[in-house]
Amino acid sequence: MVRRPSPRAYAGQWLLLLAAAAVAWYIVSNAGDNLARRNMSFGFGFLWDVSNFDIPFRLVPWSEADTYGRALLVSFLNTIAVAACGIVAATLLGLFIGIMRLSANWLVRNIALSFVEFIRNTPQLIQIVFWYFAVLQTLPSPRQSIVLPAGMLLNIRGAYLPNAVMTPHGGLLSGLALLALAATPFLWRVRVGARRVGANALFLPVLALALFAAGVDHIDWPTLKGFNIRGGTQVPPEFVALWLGLSIYAAAFIAEIVRGSIEAISKGQSEAAQALGLKTGQRLFLIILPQALRIMVPQLTSQYLNIIKSSTLGAVVAYPEVMQIFAGTVMNQAGKEIETIIIVMAIFLAINLLTSAFMNWYNRRVALVER
Amino acid sequence: MRSRNMLAVCGLAAAAFLAQIGASSAQTEVKSPTLDAVKKRGQLICGIDTGIPGYAYQDSSGKWQGLDVALCRAIAAAVLGDPEKVKYIGTTSKVRFSVLQSGEIDVLIRDSELTLTRAGQLGLEEVTPNFYTGQTIMVRKSLGVQHVKDLNGATICLLTGTTLETNIADYNRANNIKIGTLLFDKPEEAFAAAESGRCDGYTDDGGSVAAARSTMKKPDDWIFLPETLSRQPLGPHTRQGDDRWTNIVRWSHFAMLEAEELGITKANVDEVRKASTDPQVKKFLGLEGDLGKGIGLDNDFAYKIVKAVGNYGEVYEATFGSKGLGLPRGLNNLYNKGGLMYPYSWY
Repeated sequence: MVRRPSPRAYAGQWLLLLAAAAVAWYIVSNAGDNLARRNMSFGFGFLWDVSNFDIPFRLVPWSEADTYGRALLVSFLNTIAVAACGIVAATLLGLFIGIMRLSANWLVRNIALSFVEFIRNTPQLIQIVFWYFAVLQTLPSPRQSIVLPAGMLLNIRGAYLPNAVMTPHGGLLSGLALLALAATPFLWRVRVGARRVGANALFLPVLALALFAAGVDHIDWPTLKGFNIRGGTQVPPEFVALWLGLSIYAAAFIAEIVRGSIEAISKGQSEAAQALGLKTGQRLFLIILPQALRIMVPQLTSQYLNIIKSSTLGAVVAYPEVMQIFAGTVMNQAGKEIETIIIVMAIFLAINLLTSAFMNWYNRRVALVER
Repeated sequence: MRSRNMLAVCGLAAAAFLAQIGASSAQTEVKSPTLDAVKKRGQLICGIDTGIPGYAYQDSSGKWQGLDVALCRAIAAAVLGDPEKVKYIGTTSKVRFSVLQSGEIDVLIRDSELTLTRAGQLGLEEVTPNFYTGQTIMVRKSLGVQHVKDLNGATICLLTGTTLETNIADYNRANNIKIGTLLFDKPEEAFAAAESGRCDGYTDDGGSVAAARSTMKKPDDWIFLPETLSRQPLGPHTRQGDDRWTNIVRWSHFAMLEAEELGITKANVDEVRKASTDPQVKKFLGLEGDLGKGIGLDNDFAYKIVKAVGNYGEVYEATFGSKGLGLPRGLNNLYNKGGLMYPYSWY
């Protein structure tokens, strides 16, 4: 028999809801009163005002005459860029270190152990500052740039990569190239008759390369002119320092997650695989890791969310992300503290909810299906 | 009996009259939420820079010194009679105005520019400039740059949340060149980035750039470019709507200027107070008249200020002048010595 909640229980719920609404109303009206008392107004109209400042690193075009709204977009993309690169690097490095932790080799095992303990037990902010000031700022000045293979230059202002300048059709061609690349894994699995397409699908990446090459007009090589390197694409040290700081720190935690998850797989699996004659690598990648993945995914999610949130530490090393540009410069110039903080919080909430939604979906996909 | 009754009535009436006078004199007494709060607390909470030579820095014994700190001490001396009764809150350029608006500090004296935006959009009172300067760019000598317009393509380090970024953007647009900027949260990190060569130069107001140069390993390797990108009147900020408190802050600064003009120093103030027959000096030091009461202070508030911190010229010498960063007095000299420091009249 299903028990129904008593009317008293309902009354309690309603009272709680009322109390919560009253508190929320009080907070909003109090903030409103305080703003009015200080001759300040509330509104998001300032997003359309001209910003009049420079953003040193951006993925989309930006000029000083653009609006605060566009500054938000530019800094948002910067945040996404460093967080996404951080997540990829942290996952790969964490997986690698986690596997090293279980190595039969004493030296390898202990190198991994010291890495994890050292990184995990020092503050992340200090690590980021260390990468920026102690490592990247000791690189030579632009005039003494270190010349790397393939025309790349490295100096204190960053790494300069050659840039491919596209012909007018370049955009379309590289779009097709991307499409071809994306289609490769799907084609790999398609069956023609009884046989899989398999390695034959590799003709697609080759095609993609050809398409891309066809779209290139000329290569823009970085060269020294005046104060700085001109031409090419600059990867600023601020980005690299933040990226290293985020990914190495998270990698230490991910390594422990990987190790724990692998150890949670019953030893019988490994022994059975050995008995079937699988080699060490095959055992790891075909038998152990796919099973460990199920245990890893939920814990990885919270590490990913941490990386995204910690990207706001970039303000310390002058990386122009949302916190620095929008909750810093824009907030000061427009004088809209409450609005800018609301927007920044909403942005991080949205990114993190989307990330965890994706991870939950992925978790359901890899989870053990019990019948 | 009747006469005695009359007397009683008269007595009552007189008492009521006196009470009325008492009440009305209580009404004219200064009402200021900030002043009341400071007195009740027995301490002034002063928002200052997180640490920059000249304006606000800690000496070898950990005591706060500087031009802005001196004004904090002057206000505490005037209001509480003791320059030590100050709690210093270091504020970054990013949060300084929010901290003031929220009431966490009583006054913000943090090398902050007085601007229309801050008066209009932040609801703050631009009290009075206590330091006149202009945005200056400092570059390495070895770059061989002589003028700001030669900086096309260069990158300049600076602090976030300031008017400096906007000035550079304006300069870029006006001259159709491109000077890049790199924004830091705190001076130490910005200085370090300039020192290591990540940027070609560093920019801030003239006083702060002199402070930055003093922290470089080889200060002589750096030169100031002759042009300034903007005029920068720096001064204290208070919250709008507390005019009495704003008055106290303003007149504490003026007291230091007036003392300099009258030739009163920290060393000779007691002597002058005893010996002087000059009515101006006597009014200034509170021996004559009722000038301090009118703004809610004691009549001898100016005496207390000079006794505690000295006059403006002395403070400048110790912080920016020959005993400090070696910056010429320039615009910050008194009006009668070719500067802009021009206090309002005392009477």
